[in-house]
Formats: sequence, C-alpha cells, structure tokens
Amino acid sequence: MTRQMTGAKMVVQALKDQGVDVVFGYPGGAVLPIYDEIFQQNDIRHILVRHEQGAVHAAEGYARSTGKPGVVLVTSGPGATNAVTGITDALMDSIPLVVLTGQVPTFLIGTDGFQEADTVGITRPCTKHNWLVKDTARLSATIHEAFHVASSGRPGPVLVDIPKDVQFASAEYQPRPRSAPSYYQPQVKGDMQQIELLVEAIEYAERPVFYTGGGVINSGPAASQLLRELVEATGFPITSTLMGLGAYPASGKNWLGMLGMHGLYEANLAMHGCDLMINVGARFDDRITGRVDAFSPRSRKAHIDVDPSSINKVIKTDIPIVGDVGHVLEDVLNLWKSRGRKVNREGLAKWWASISEWRKTDCLAFKPSPQTIKPQHALTRLEALTKSYDRYICTEVGQHQMWAAQYLGFEDPNRWMTSGGLGTMGYGFPASIGAQVAHPDSLVINVAGEASWLMNMQEMGTAVQYRLPVKQFILNNERLGMVRQWQQLLHGERYSHSWSEALPDFVKLAEAFGAKGIQCKDPADLDDAIMEMIEYDGPVIFDCLVEKHENCFPMIPSGEPHNKMLLGKSGTDETIGAKGAILV
Amino acid sequence: MSALHIKKGSTKHSAYNLRPNFSDVQETHTLAVLVENEPGVLARVIGLFSGRGYNIDSLTVAEVDHQGHRSRITIVTTGTPQVIEQIKAQLGRIVPVHEVHDLTVEGASVERELALLKVTSGGDKRVEALRLADIFRANVVDSTLESFIFQITGSPEKIDAFADLMRPLGLVELARTGVAAMARGQEAL
Repeated sequence: MTRQMTGAKMVVQALKDQGVDVVFGYPGGAVLPIYDEIFQQNDIRHILVRHEQGAVHAAEGYARSTGKPGVVLVTSGPGATNAVTGITDALMDSIPLVVLTGQVPTFLIGTDGFQEADTVGITRPCTKHNWLVKDTARLSATIHEAFHVASSGRPGPVLVDIPKDVQFASAEYQPRPRSAPSYYQPQVKGDMQQIELLVEAIEYAERPVFYTGGGVINSGPAASQLLRELVEATGFPITSTLMGLGAYPASGKNWLGMLGMHGLYEANLAMHGCDLMINVGARFDDRITGRVDAFSPRSRKAHIDVDPSSINKVIKTDIPIVGDVGHVLEDVLNLWKSRGRKVNREGLAKWWASISEWRKTDCLAFKPSPQTIKPQHALTRLEALTKSYDRYICTEVGQHQMWAAQYLGFEDPNRWMTSGGLGTMGYGFPASIGAQVAHPDSLVINVAGEASWLMNMQEMGTAVQYRLPVKQFILNNERLGMVRQWQQLLHGERYSHSWSEALPDFVKLAEAFGAKGIQCKDPADLDDAIMEMIEYDGPVIFDCLVEKHENCFPMIPSGEPHNKMLLGKSGTDETIGAKGAILV
Repeated sequence: MSALHIKKGSTKHSAYNLRPNFSDVQETHTLAVLVENEPGVLARVIGLFSGRGYNIDSLTVAEVDHQGHRSRITIVTTGTPQVIEQIKAQLGRIVPVHEVHDLTVEGASVERELALLKVTSGGDKRVEALRLADIFRANVVDSTLESFIFQITGSPEKIDAFADLMRPLGLVELARTGVAAMARGQEAL
C-alpha cells in the first residue's frame, strides 16, 4: 500500500508506526504544519512544556522510566538551541531520544533567516547522529532510521531537522521497515573466547567484585534479571555507579552500595582491594576511578560494554567483551553453569569477612539533631515512608543527589532518574514530569536542591496544566551546597557566590501556580509533612529547610585513590592537594 | 590477541586489537576510513578529532564509489598506542562510517602524495631545478620564461626531500594533496 501525504502528516504517521504515545514539545513558526497535524488526531498525546530544555529532560525521564525512546518536538533557532543542554545530557547518560526540530524552508537555509540556526551543525557533537531532511520523499524513512539508531547499540539522542517547505510538500509515505537497516548493526553477542576467559576468572577469583553501571539498565529488564541471578549464584559482592542503581536490589544481601567519589566505604575499598573486577555496562568515569594510576592496583579487569570505544579508554582491561550486557551475561551464566558452577569458596569467605569489617565503619551514620532537619535525616524518613509505594525518584544535581543515592534504596531498574555524566542542574523537575506522564498512577518524587530546582521552575505550569501529581522534595539549605562544600575543602572557606540572598517563598510560589506548597523546618513535624505531601492528589512543592552547612561524606578527594576516602568524622581541611584542586 | 582469529581492522572488534601495554611512545598511523558519502560526514570525522584532542597530520577525502555513495578518507595521525586505538573505536562509532582500517598495523601498505611546486628562477638555478626534477621524476606541467610548475608524486618523505632541494632554487609556492594509501597484496578493503 502506498500513500501520498504531506511531510507534516508523515511525521505524525511515522511516530504512530513507531509506537509513540507521547511527545514533549513547544510550538513555533517552523513546526506549525506538524502541530496542525497533531491537532487533528488523538493517538499521540502532546505535552506542552514551558521551555525546550524542559521538553528534552521530560523526554529523558519518560525514556529512563519506560525503556522506550523519548520524543521531543521543537521549533527552529532558539527552540533547537534551548534543547542542546538536554540533548548533551542524554548523550552522556546514553538515553534514547528522538528530537524533531523545525527549520527555515530549504530556500532560506544559509541566508540568516528569521529563527535560523545551523541545528545539525550545532548538535553534531552532542547527538549520536543527526539528519537534515531536504526532500519530503526521504522524511518518513529518515524518522524510522532515527528511532533505530537512537535505541540500538549504546542508546543516545538523535535529531531530525525538518525545513518548513519539506513539511508542506507531499510524497509517498515509507512504512516502518521490518528489519533494521544493514549499515548500522552494533554487535550484541560477545566473543565466546573472551567469555570463557571471564568464566575461568570467576572460578578462581579470591576477591571478586561486580561493578555495574547504566548499561545494565539500558539493556532492559532481562539484563537486570540475569545480573541478579549471576550475583546470587556466585555469591560475589556487587556495587554500582550512580547510573546503575536498581539493577541489583538495594535489599539484596550482596549489595555494597554505590561506589565512587561519594560512594560507600565498603564499596570503594572492595574496588581497591579486589583481584577480579567485573565491569558490567559501566565506563570507568573519573567520578568512579579517582586517581587512575592508583585505581584498583592488584586486580584483573573484565569489561562488558556494547560500545567498543568505552573499552580501554581510561583503564586498561584484561578481558574485554564487546556486546550487549543482556546477551553477554546470558552466555556467561550458561557457560559457568555448564562448567559446574565453581567458585573459590575459601577465598570468598575471607573476602566477605574483610567486607564485613569495612561495613562496621558505618560510613553513612549521621547524628540527627532535635532542632534542625539534617538532609540525611530527611531522606531517611522519605525512604521509610515511601518505599512501599510504586515509586519513581528523580534528582537534580549536587549534594542532595548524592545523599539521595546513598540513603534511598532502589529495588528495581528504571526507577531512578538522575543526571550522571553531564551533571545538569535543572534536570530533575522536568524529568519527574516525564516519568509521571509515563506512569500516571505512581508516586513520582523529585529530590531537589533549591538552587537546581529554580533552574527549571517554569515547568510548574506544565505539572499543573496536565494534573501531574509530581512531588518536589526540596532540601533547602539556601546554598549551592556542593559548591560550598568544595569551597570549604579547597578554597580556604571563601564562599564566592555560593548562596542566594533572594529565595522565593516556595509555598506561595506553589500556590501562585495553583499547586500545593508545604514547608517543614522542625524534625518533629517531618513525618506528618511528608505524609501530607504523598497523600495530596496533585503537584506539591515541599520546602524542607535543612541544616545549611552539612557536607556530603564519604568523599574521595580529587586526585586521590579509593583507599584515601574522607569520612565525615575526620578533619577535612587541607586534605586536597594542589594537583587535586585542578580536577573538577 | 592474535589467538582470537578476528579479522584485523574490523571496527567491531577493535577492542581486541590492542597491543600489550599502555606505552607512552608516540606512533604515526595511517587510517583508511570508508564512509557513506552524505552531507556532514567529513565534519563528523574532523569534529571528532578536534573535540577529543587528537592530531591530524594529513587528511584526504574523495568519493570512490559514486553508485554506492562511498567516500574514502585517509587520515595520518600521531598518538600513543592507547590513543590510536581510541581514535579507531571512536571513528567506528560514527553512524555513517562503514569501516576503519589501520593500514600501519594491518601489514605493508603503499602511501602516495601528489604535490605541485612553483619555482621561479633564471640562469643556472633554472637549469639545476630542471635537472633535479628529472632525477625525482617530477614533471613540468606549466612553464614561463621565469618559472616552472613541477608535479611530483611519491611518499611524503620524497616530496619533503624534493621541496627542500627546490627551496634555494626559487621555490615560491607549494600545494600538497595529503596522503592516499592502500594495503599491498591482492586483498581489497
């Protein structure tokens, strides 16, 4: 069946064929024909955001919480440039997105037309791939390709730039191809000889550790299931990066907690002292490794990654396995079982004994205060009161983000949305909107700092308009907490521009938008206030006034290896050398 | 890692082609990159090098298969073995890049470059320039009473040597194409 239609209609038809049910966007001159088509149908829901950056983060929240690509529709020029931060964020965290941008008509390209920007040029380094479609006949096939590229291999954002005359012109619609195009087919099966080396290493390791990352989540629920099975069957300890939380349940007995700069003491010491490190879908980010030349000095390292460029980029790998985490773990598990399920029980028992010793440090212990709410206490109570719910957590970026990762427990994948690689303040609120759109009946909480939250506060309008009951749990210390912490530790306590003297009244702000505001400053009222937030049917801004000068510990100072962690109790002045201060 | 019997140069397996250690020695490698001939593909390759801080010593590009929309980019680059492996893996990640071949690692290869040299001089110098051109098998492609344009093909080193000799003989302008390279033997990429 062949069908003639306009480019604008093709866009909507292609989205339908790709199973898209929601688009996050903002209209403008160069996308009016597509908006006209959206108006005339009911299959695809459009969520009108208040800023294009919000649209992209919302699509990220949608994608991260469903495993499906998120779709964004914005106009040319400023619409596209406003989307750049979100697109870069998605690239760094491997989130599948399809961003559709309007463009000035083809005959105006290059003339500095109104709202013209070189969108494909600007977004070339921050997308996985992008296209400028100059011919309507190519439009539908390009959109189908875009979905394939965004969601296969290592996922990421792609962008299709569509000039306005291409939207108006008519051509034949190409349906979604049955098989993926041949030119982009990333390898998913791992090399069996390498897998055999890994299985052998698993059989002999005395001090093994699984180090897992966002790749497990991106690979889909089956990969998390296989990981859980492998961890339980081998009895190996497991830690995860910020991006990988939830792949293995926080309540699991082998769980060491998050690793890295603000990771748990036992997790980082296990990484430092292990003799076999099994990296599953993580990328040896600098927040994880600390000082590279002192990173886990005595271990053999296996690395499973779908992206060959991640392997040996930072840390030399002994057993490289290029492939999709799910496929590789299945092969590892099958081979290990068929060879008799061997592990080094004696070595493992000693290894667990050392880990138990490290756990006694109780590195997340804090002293609650009867007068002020400690941020750690606020999150401990939030965890206790919400963990029985069908819950999705987003965060902004900073101290609150690290505390959320430390004090909240994640039992399942796709339940935790945070900006890891790019560290985008302003991510969490729109991401919570995206997650809530995907899961209308679930409890979606954005754990925020007041400074990050203000960066995309305009999205309150979106939350109210679509009756999205997102809970904005703001740990308000009236400071840029993480900046302040670094200034205290690194810059002689000179607090240059790290606090705001003109914060809004968040309760009134909520009311101005037609939402509910709750303020809490007394630890005695905290539980009731949190319950009030949960039970309110609608968006809530929860202004939790917390201790202003609390620091986030444990912390690996910049330029130091894992075994040089700072714990909260010790003195922290002058601990970061001049060399470390250069690092971010 | 040759025990793996993986065809060398195949982008998918570049992670297995690592030389044994992370050495600090700078190596110069010639890469042949087969790409889809579509708008922006060269910008993607160049942007990768500038964005990640890699060196480009020489770069040439032209369409080699009109019907199949294929172009061939030849890049000469310098870096530590780890950086060279990263460059190959990163190139392989670009969607319209079909194949990445490291000609320096994959066996013997030939490298050729073409250069045009304008030499202006008279008298003995003019005669000497012509005589040297003959030795280097350079052709005269344009001539006036005061000048020659020589065309020379060969390895970059040969062209360097010829240009060095021409400098005192009145070399005023030099244009080079950059390196085109191909593996020896009957096997094709």
